[in-house]
Amino acid sequence: MTTELLTWLVPLPPLLTFFLIPLFTHRKNGLSHWLAILGAGVSWLLSMVIFFRAASISHLSEHPLTLAVNWIPTGENWLQIGVHVDPQTAVTLFFVAWTILMIFIYSVGYHNYGQPKGDHDQKGLPPHGATVTEHGHAHKVPSVEPMYARFFAFFGLFAFGMYLLVVTDNLLTLFIGWEIMGLCSYLLIGFWYARPSARDAAVKAFLTTRVGDMFLMLGLVALYSITGTLNYQAILHNEEVLARLASAVSPVLGLSWAGLIGILIFIGAVGKSAQFPLHVWLPDAMEGPTPVSAMIHAATMVSAGVYLVARFFPLISAGWTPGEPLTAAMLVVAAIGTFTALFAATIAPAQDDIKRVLAYSTISQLGFMMAALGIGAYVAAVFHLVTHAFFKALLFLGSGSVIHGMEHGVLHTGEHIDPQDMQNMGGLRARMPLTFWTFLIGGLALSGFPVLTAGFWSKDEILSGAFNGGFVLVFVVLALAALLTAFYTGRQITLTFLGKPRTSAAEHACESRWSMTIPLCILAFFSVVLGWAGIPEKFPLLGGVIPNWFGAFVGSMAAEGAHGAEAHHSSIPLLTSLVVALGGLLLGWLVYRNTEAGAPDPLKKLGMVYVLLRRKYYFDELYHFIFIRPAMWIAEVLVYAWGDLKIIDGILHFIGNAGTWLGNFLRGAVDQPIISNGGDALASGAREAGGRLRVIQTGRVQQYMLISIVVTVLVGILLLLLASA
Amino acid sequence: MTIMQIIFLITASVTLFAALMVVSTRKMMHAAMWLILVLFGVTITFALLETRFFAIVQLVIYIGAIAILIIFAVMLTRRSMNADVPQVNRNWWLVMVSSLALFVGLVTVMSVWEGFFVTARTAPPGGENLVQLGTALVDPNGFVLPFEVASLVLLAAMVGAIYVAAERKEK
Amino acid sequence: MIPLSWFLTFSAALFCIGLFGVLARKNAVAILMGLELMLNAVNINLLAFWCYLYGKDLSALVFVAIVFVAAAAETAVGLALIISAYRARNTAVADELNLLKG
Repeated sequence: MTTELLTWLVPLPPLLTFFLIPLFTHRKNGLSHWLAILGAGVSWLLSMVIFFRAASISHLSEHPLTLAVNWIPTGENWLQIGVHVDPQTAVTLFFVAWTILMIFIYSVGYHNYGQPKGDHDQKGLPPHGATVTEHGHAHKVPSVEPMYARFFAFFGLFAFGMYLLVVTDNLLTLFIGWEIMGLCSYLLIGFWYARPSARDAAVKAFLTTRVGDMFLMLGLVALYSITGTLNYQAILHNEEVLARLASAVSPVLGLSWAGLIGILIFIGAVGKSAQFPLHVWLPDAMEGPTPVSAMIHAATMVSAGVYLVARFFPLISAGWTPGEPLTAAMLVVAAIGTFTALFAATIAPAQDDIKRVLAYSTISQLGFMMAALGIGAYVAAVFHLVTHAFFKALLFLGSGSVIHGMEHGVLHTGEHIDPQDMQNMGGLRARMPLTFWTFLIGGLALSGFPVLTAGFWSKDEILSGAFNGGFVLVFVVLALAALLTAFYTGRQITLTFLGKPRTSAAEHACESRWSMTIPLCILAFFSVVLGWAGIPEKFPLLGGVIPNWFGAFVGSMAAEGAHGAEAHHSSIPLLTSLVVALGGLLLGWLVYRNTEAGAPDPLKKLGMVYVLLRRKYYFDELYHFIFIRPAMWIAEVLVYAWGDLKIIDGILHFIGNAGTWLGNFLRGAVDQPIISNGGDALASGAREAGGRLRVIQTGRVQQYMLISIVVTVLVGILLLLLASA
Repeated sequence: MTIMQIIFLITASVTLFAALMVVSTRKMMHAAMWLILVLFGVTITFALLETRFFAIVQLVIYIGAIAILIIFAVMLTRRSMNADVPQVNRNWWLVMVSSLALFVGLVTVMSVWEGFFVTARTAPPGGENLVQLGTALVDPNGFVLPFEVASLVLLAAMVGAIYVAAERKEK
Repeated sequence: MIPLSWFLTFSAALFCIGLFGVLARKNAVAILMGLELMLNAVNINLLAFWCYLYGKDLSALVFVAIVFVAAAAETAVGLALIISAYRARNTAVADELNLLKG
């Protein structure tokens, strides 16, 4: 089959499993997860075939593979639906397929497949453990998730949304995939819906991203009404359309249409990728099961925002050539991205929940990518997108494995502690060696440990892009954020794995099962080797040993010079990334290596600053005060008590009274004398007839209809017999 | 057999099976889910009949709106019926016999008509002409009257539904 | 090509299944579902005749559009009635709604 046809098939298997699991296999846990993994596996296989075929095509970016059919008629024209494979699609497909498959397999272990049913487990709550009697004495073991099959069904739908978003060739279908993922995010964050915190987090995530989606939709509509199409190829690779968009002035703030649409699309991505100021939903989204955090909030869904902005990079940068001042849209993207990178990186060190630290680090890393796109370093951004997906999925799954081990310890000892709190851990290195080593690799990749890890290469490329492009402020802020990243990663690894166990639950933690650790190993492998695909040619010593395949492949997408690092290489950014990565990790280790059980966090010495960071700059409280309270007030006081009860009801009552008066008048003048008296005569006649017919009135509508059908059939048969006779 | 025929046969059998489930399954929620499958099948059938516009409309109106309304109704009235008792009334066998008779009768009557076995199509191959349809719907010489009446029906249904379902305060 | 007869038989079967649902089910919502099946069958029929016999004529399409409107109206009112009856009498079983009984 041709590659284009294969691409059409990629999103379908997970969708099929989404329908099959609830309809047929939902009672059988094993069958459900095999079905889901099979679906994800087929998509993975197709994605790999497409990726390697695409990689072997030269000039793919000028002549992407496309195949579209007519979809929705719009009068004289058609909206088309189709697929589009270019280098960006190919590399995105690569990491999406891998991470999705790994997370599917991991979920089997995470939800305790094969364990007994819990003693008191109920739907909508995490499993609490089951009591097993062995050799005469009872002990507690983890119990299977009560809504096991449902989880895999949701995951299938989610995978469909993501694949759809990646392979599609137009903004409308992308938007559909985008919304499907928003729905799945809501369903999965609120998976344990009996917990109020999970419910609140689900609503918060849904509503916050909806704000961004609204702007994305405005951008979509504006784009369609100006260009008459939503197809990437027709807009983004069409010099004439781009030039027209860049020169036409929009009615808002004197921006060009390209700038306005670019900013609207970017706001959509701000919601999805949790950039400042719409970042508040992502940390709360950690209420969901850990595979959900990994899949939605690290590897795939939040990447969709960056993917979208990268996809529309030609539009955002329309009219810009390297070396000139940035366009308005690029300026916005760069400013928001840079600020978010630092802002989130400052919050992360003050969090104790192992998943929340990772959540803030995700926000920060996505900020890095946005910043890179904003300053025109397109290749670096896409490269970081790919490597980040792998090592962040690895970190999340690793943290899930840690939590799982801790939960095992908690069940074993019966302690009442939070298994996600890093202050309760320590010394897990010995108990969970495989998790430790893979988590270490992920952590090193996140902090940009030199040469060995993928994170180093991609982050270095962003930093050198900023430096060589002349954006010193961006460079300094990102370097600072990278330093903090390394610091909190060092803190996390030290608190979790090194030192001595600080609780007895941590002493009794145990390594997770193979279905959880194998995905960890595979992701760790990619977190290391993937960086070697994109070593810049000008890099000292190593440059050119391995050809810069990634730069050549994806770089062909962007205009010449959009990968600034290639042009003139300076050693300052390289030295900076070395210093911040190693220094931050070392600092994190030094500060936290001797943490005792119950001792206050060393950062508490910072006083007010620590409290401010710990409370996440009070953004939740601020939003509650600015948006939620006024919204409640508007709903309850302004709209309901005042508008509804007073104005609308008042009008209605007036109309009602007028109607009553008119009715009374008609009744007295027309109804009573003429109609009523005439009608009475009819009625008494009818009553008499009715009295005789009431016997067959049983009051059952279905019986009446049945009689009429039977009569119809009988008469039909009779007529048929008469006709044939 | 052409591919189209195979697609039709698969669609038809899945749809009819799902329809049987709709009228026979005990849990109302499941019935609603099966109904969605039926509606999907009908959508595909529309597409096979070259009416892409109505396929989309079917998807949007039936699956998007009506099925969701039904699911809401099922959820709102879910405590009214125990799923363990039979879901059909006492006359169900008579109903089944007459439904079957109706089906047999319909097919028999149709099979003696020569148009029944037509295979050539007269519809334009690209689907219905939407511009013509749209113009005809608002054309005074066309279908503007039925169109307006339908709008009125819809409006009346909307107002009526709100009126009937609204909770009245006891005076 | 698919002969017209296949579509007609299919829609007749769907119609009869829907009829069974309407006449035999106890739950009022289920009756409505049966009604939806019947309306769908009608639409298939109309479009099949349009496609095979009256391709130049727009009446079939207009008719289908109006059936859609009728279906939407019928569902809205029907469900509102069911819900209000449920609220008043705490049942959605058609047999128990027999105030019409003479």
